[in-house]
Amino acid sequence: MTATTIGAQDRSRPVIHPVWVRITHWINAVAVLIMIMSGWQIYNASPLFAFSFSPSITLGGWLAGALLWHFAAMWLFVVNGLIYVALGIVTGRFRRKLLPISSYDLFATVRDASRFRLSHDDLSVYNAVQKLLYLGVIVAGFVVALSGLALWKPVQLQTLTAIFGGYDATRYVHFFAMATIVGFLVIHVVLALVVPKSLRAMITGR
Amino acid sequence: MKRLRRLIPGVDQKLLLKDAGKIMPDPARRAFLRGGLSLGALTMLTGCDIVDSISAEKVLRKVSEFNDGVQAWLFDPNQLALTHPKSAITKPFPFNAYYALEDAPDIDGKDYRFEVGGLVQSTKPWTLDELYALPQETQITRHICVEGWSAIGSWTGVRLSEFLRRVGADTRAKYVWFQCAEGYSTTIDMPTALHPQTQLTFKFGDEILPRAYGYPMKCRMPTKLGFKNPKYIIAMHVTNKDLGGYWENQGYNWFSGL
Repeated sequence: MTATTIGAQDRSRPVIHPVWVRITHWINAVAVLIMIMSGWQIYNASPLFAFSFSPSITLGGWLAGALLWHFAAMWLFVVNGLIYVALGIVTGRFRRKLLPISSYDLFATVRDASRFRLSHDDLSVYNAVQKLLYLGVIVAGFVVALSGLALWKPVQLQTLTAIFGGYDATRYVHFFAMATIVGFLVIHVVLALVVPKSLRAMITGR
Repeated sequence: MKRLRRLIPGVDQKLLLKDAGKIMPDPARRAFLRGGLSLGALTMLTGCDIVDSISAEKVLRKVSEFNDGVQAWLFDPNQLALTHPKSAITKPFPFNAYYALEDAPDIDGKDYRFEVGGLVQSTKPWTLDELYALPQETQITRHICVEGWSAIGSWTGVRLSEFLRRVGADTRAKYVWFQCAEGYSTTIDMPTALHPQTQLTFKFGDEILPRAYGYPMKCRMPTKLGFKNPKYIIAMHVTNKDLGGYWENQGYNWFSGL
């Protein structure tokens, strides 16, 4: 596809993702990747489970390097995430796009998907599964950030750490919040590749 | 650091050499820098003026320094770390260092002298008996390692703030620097040094501090990560100059507060 054909087609389609969504989306993509890959390296220093992450998919090279990445990218993740959530609420986008989620829609979407009859004609409308996943990953984002804060400052913010069940329990909360986000990312990226125009929409807006 | 080390008697030269060889393995070092190169896009987003000479590692270290400031601001001098009952003590409490236990300093308590220097009125060295005569208290707190694991231990000793008062330290100074027998060192901020739970520790549980945990003296700070709690302390300086530390100089966050 050439640049001119993109331009011609673009003008004929409505804007699905306003520019603030696209900017915060891609900043978040970079921040989350850095957080996950450096987080895996940090995990390897004292694994919670009987496995470690391969160094080929971690960032930082050793613990100190990973910590430098993690505690730098956290600012990007948190500040960008807060801007995204604030704009999502203020502009009404969350209310319009993500709510309400009805159990009937959820059932219908799963049924259609299992028969490969899911419609992607209108990218601006999310089905119930999409709504659930997008809301869910926003919640997971909050949990990962707050549990991370509780691990970083278990003395100064000890009430927060206590809410998560104490220092050791907070490590598990942080891990499973990460795992939830990774699970979302796998589905998210696969579906974006299956429906390429959704990827295009997140770049050009249309 | 070399100059300072020479000032301190009793530093084990053999261990110092071992130290130097222990600096991170080459492949890991390269991976760290390689990771650094791909930071380009990220640093542009933060609006930094990217010049070829400014490496990603430098940018990351700048952010780490910024985080030092944030942590100093977050630090509440009256916020105490949680204390635990005796039954919560982790047994066995882990030994952790960049060397094996048999390489840990083996200090003779009779010859031990704790050197005090910098912005203090009295630089008289302290014997162990003199230190043991100071008022002591016990804390059962959680030790949290930078690696992520944690363990609860019982430490007994004198408040560092009390010791600083007795040597006539200028507590308006910014830092307290510790030198350890094996060449390890660390620098802490004065507000943490004056925290009521920051302790010059002589005992672990009911026993004189064992060799594994820093005999004859460590500095226990439940408000900082484990590596900021130096063991085998042989000297302390009150200073306005950040003298760094063993791990801090290699890239670990300087403040490392909890």
